[in-house]
Amino acid sequence: MEEYILKMEHITKVFPGVKALDDVTFSVKRGEIHALVGENGAGKSTLVKILSGVHPANSFEGKIILNGEEVKFNSIKDSTNQGIAIIHQELSQSDNLNIAESIFLGAEIKGKFGLIDWDTTYQKAAKYLEMVNLDIDPETKIINLGIGQKQLIEICKAISKNAKILILDEPTAALTETETENLLNFLREFQEQGVTCIYISHKLDEVLEIADSITVLRDGRSIITKDKKDISKEEMITHMVGRELTQMYPREEHHAGDTVLEIKDWSIFHPKITDKKLIDNVSFKAKRGEILGISGLMGAGRTELVMSIIGAYGSNISGELYVEGQKVQIKSPEEAINYGIGYVSEDRARYGLIQLQNIIFNTGLASFEQLTRNGLIDENELIAKTNEHVDLLDIRTPSIEQKAKNLSGGNQQKLVLAKWLMTNPKVLILDEPTRGIDVGAKVEIYNIMNNLIDQGVSIIMISSELPEVLGMSDRLLVMHEGKIAAELDCLETNQEEIMHYATGGE
Amino acid sequence: MSNENEGLRVKRLIPKNIGKYTMIIALVAIWVFFEIITKGIFLTPRNMNNLFLQMTFIGIASSAMVLIMVAGHIDLSAGSVVGFIGAVIAVLLRSHNTNVFLALLICVAIGAAIGIWQGYWVAYLGIPAFIVTLSSQLVFRGGVLGVTQGSTVQPDNAIFKAIGQGYLPNIGGPDASLNVTAILAGALFIIFYIAFSIKKRRDRIKFNFIVDKRSKFILKLIAMSIVIALVFQVWAKDRGIPIAIIILGVVVLIMHIVSTRTAFGRHVYAIGGNRDAAELSGINVKKTTMFIFIIMGIAASISGIVYTSRLNAAAIAGGTGSELDIIASAIIGGTSPSGGSGTVLGCIIGALVMASLDNGMSLLSLGSFEKYVVKGLVLLFAVVVDTINKRKL
Repeated sequence: MEEYILKMEHITKVFPGVKALDDVTFSVKRGEIHALVGENGAGKSTLVKILSGVHPANSFEGKIILNGEEVKFNSIKDSTNQGIAIIHQELSQSDNLNIAESIFLGAEIKGKFGLIDWDTTYQKAAKYLEMVNLDIDPETKIINLGIGQKQLIEICKAISKNAKILILDEPTAALTETETENLLNFLREFQEQGVTCIYISHKLDEVLEIADSITVLRDGRSIITKDKKDISKEEMITHMVGRELTQMYPREEHHAGDTVLEIKDWSIFHPKITDKKLIDNVSFKAKRGEILGISGLMGAGRTELVMSIIGAYGSNISGELYVEGQKVQIKSPEEAINYGIGYVSEDRARYGLIQLQNIIFNTGLASFEQLTRNGLIDENELIAKTNEHVDLLDIRTPSIEQKAKNLSGGNQQKLVLAKWLMTNPKVLILDEPTRGIDVGAKVEIYNIMNNLIDQGVSIIMISSELPEVLGMSDRLLVMHEGKIAAELDCLETNQEEIMHYATGGE
Repeated sequence: MSNENEGLRVKRLIPKNIGKYTMIIALVAIWVFFEIITKGIFLTPRNMNNLFLQMTFIGIASSAMVLIMVAGHIDLSAGSVVGFIGAVIAVLLRSHNTNVFLALLICVAIGAAIGIWQGYWVAYLGIPAFIVTLSSQLVFRGGVLGVTQGSTVQPDNAIFKAIGQGYLPNIGGPDASLNVTAILAGALFIIFYIAFSIKKRRDRIKFNFIVDKRSKFILKLIAMSIVIALVFQVWAKDRGIPIAIIILGVVVLIMHIVSTRTAFGRHVYAIGGNRDAAELSGINVKKTTMFIFIIMGIAASISGIVYTSRLNAAAIAGGTGSELDIIASAIIGGTSPSGGSGTVLGCIIGALVMASLDNGMSLLSLGSFEKYVVKGLVLLFAVVVDTINKRKL
C-alpha cells in the first residue's frame, strides 16, 4: 500500500483575472488528519472543489493521484465513487426530509420491483446514527436538528457511501463548544477505523489539537507542510500572512473628529438558532473623518455585527446604539438610512443591485422618496444627480440607461457606492469593498474613500485582506468569535499581530 | 475574441426591440386573420366597439395585476372579487335602494378592505400570495352566492347602467351621421400624443440619451397617429365614446404614472427584481406589498362595477375564471411571471389579444372548448417568445 493516499501535484487553477491556485502540491498520508489552513481567499476552498470534482478535470492544470493512480473527476459523483466525501461549511440538506431519507438521498436502497426498501433503510440509518453517537430516532425531521447534529448526519451520509477520505470545510464554524468537542472526538474514532481526513479550519488551536500534519496555503500557493509536533501557532501565522505590502494604498492623513456612531455592550443571537450568540458584548466608536477597519477571519461575526446595527440581522439584540450622541433604536435599513447610515454589502449581486434595471434606477434606489415632489419622482433631478455621481465615481458606461448587469465588477461596486452617496450618509459601512474587482478599480475605490473622509463621512470598513486593512484604515478592530479581540492603531501594527488576535491569541 | 464579435453581429441583426413589438405584431395578425375569415365583420365599428367594451373590465384589473406580478406575487382571487363586488352593488341598488354614488363608494371601500385582508397575510406573515388569494377565490365565490342568495340580481338603475353601457353625448347633435365628440377627442388625443412625444425626445436629447433617428421618430409618430385615428373612428362611426372606455383610460393612465413615476412604483420593481437588495436599500418591503394588494383590491372593485353595469346583472357565476384572463393579459403584455419587469401599457395589449380571440371565435360561432384551448396556447406562446427573446439578447 502507498504511504500517501492522496497526492495533488502542481495544481494551477485560473479564474478570469485571478490565479486562484498557483502550482500547489498537497499530499495526504493514509489514515491521518491533515489540516489545511490559510487566510480567507488563500485557495483552500478552490483546492477542495478541485478534489471533489466541482471544478472538472479539464478546468485546471496538474494531477490528482489517488492510491497511486492518477484520477480525473468530472463531477462530484466521480469523486464520491472513489470514496471522497466533502462536508460543506453551509450544510445543504432538505429540511423536510427525515434523517434516514436524508442519509440515503440519491442512493436509495431498492427492494422488490425497484421500490424503496424502507425497513432496511431505517435499520441501516439507525446503525450509522449509533456509530456517530447520536441517540435520535432516524425518523426525526432534519428541521428539528441542531447544526452540530446536521453535521453528524452529513458524516453518516459519507460513511454510507464508504468514504475513505473525508473533507470537512470549517466544520466547527457554527458549533458550540460542546458540539465541537463531540465532533473532534468522533473524528478521532473515525480515524482509528482507517479513514483519512482533510480538515479545513481558521481555528488554529483546534487545528493543533486534532491534526497530525498541517499544510499552509497563502495566495494560492502551498507554503509549507509540517507534522504537528514540528510547528507552532506563531509559525503558522507567519506562513499564513507573509503577504507583500505594496504601494497601492493611497493613504492620506486623516483627522478624526467627533464620534458619529457608537455601540455599547452589543450582543446578538443567531436569527434561527436562537441560543447561539454571534456577537458578544461588543463596544466601539466610529468617528467623523476616519476609517475604522474591522478585521477577522470568516465566521468571526463581522458582517453580522454591522448588519445588526442597521437592523437587518439577528435576534434578541441587546446593547445601546448612539448616533451623534443620541441614543437610538434602529429596526430596519429604512430607519438606518434616516439616521444617515449606509451599508455596502460584500455581495453586490445579491444585496446591492437590481441587475435588470438601469444605472439611473440603481443610483436612485435608496432615495426615490427624497426625490419625490408632489407625489412624483423628479426625473430631471434624478438624472442630473445620477450623471453627477457617474462622473464623480468615474463609472464607465456608454449610457446611464445601461442595465446594471452589463457593467464590470468594479463599475458595479461604484454603482452601489453611488446609490449610498445619493443618500448623503454620515456613516458608510463598507463590507469587503474591493472583493472581486481588479487592481485598478481597487485603487479608485480607495481614492473615493479618501474623498469621503475629507467630506467628513465616517467609514467603517470590513476587510479580509490584511494589507488593505493596514493600508487604508486608521484604527482597527480585530474580531474573534463574536468578540473584539483587540483594537489596534494601524500605523503601529503588522499582519502577524492582527492574525495573532484574529486566531484567538491573547 | 472572434466568438464575441460573432455574437455582436448576430445581436445587431435582431432588431433591438423585437420583444416589445412581438405582441403588437401578433395582435395585428389576429385581427387580419379574423377580418378575412369573418368576411369583413370583425373590423366593423360595431364589432370593434364590442371588443373594446369586452376588454374593459379585464384591462382595469389587469393594470393592477401587473404590479402584483412585478413584485413577484399573483392574485388568483381577482375574478371572484370582480363577481363579489358586482353582486354587492347590484344588491345595494336593487334591494336597499342605496344612492348610486354611495354604493360606488362602498364598493371601492370593500375592494380596499379585501386588499388589506390579503396584503396582511402576504406582506406581514409571509404566506405565499398563491395560497392567500386561492383562499380568497373560494371565500368570495361563496360571498357571491351569499350576497345574491343564489339568484341573478338586476340593479336596474339608470345612472349605474351608464357606467358600462353609456356613451358620451354627441356634441354634433343626436342626428349627426358621425359622432363629433369622438372625432374631436381623437384629434385632441393625437395632438397631445405628438406634443408629449416631442417633449420626451427633446428631454432625452438634453440628457444625452439614445434617441431614434429623426426620420424613424417621425415615422413612428405618423404610425401611432394613424392607430389612434383608427381607434377613434370606431367610436365616431358607432355610438360614440363609451363611458367604460374612459374609466379604463383613466385607470391605465394612473397606474402607468404610479408604476413609472412614483417612489412606490419604483420600489415595486426593486422588490420584484431583488428583494434583499431592495430591503437593504431602505425600502419598506412589507408596507409596499400591502399597498400593492390594496391597489389590486380597488382595481378589482372598479372592474366588478363596470362588469355588472355592462351586463346589468350580477349572476352567481359572475367573473368566474376571469382571473385567468386578467393574469394572462399581464403576461402576454410582457410582465415577467417571475417578477421584476412588466408594463401597464403592455397589459392593455395583452387584454386586447385575449378579447380579440374571444370576440373573433364568437363571430365564428366557436364554443368554449375552442376558446379555452386557443387562449391557453396563446398564453404559452407569449411566454415562450418572451423567454427566447431574453435568452438571445
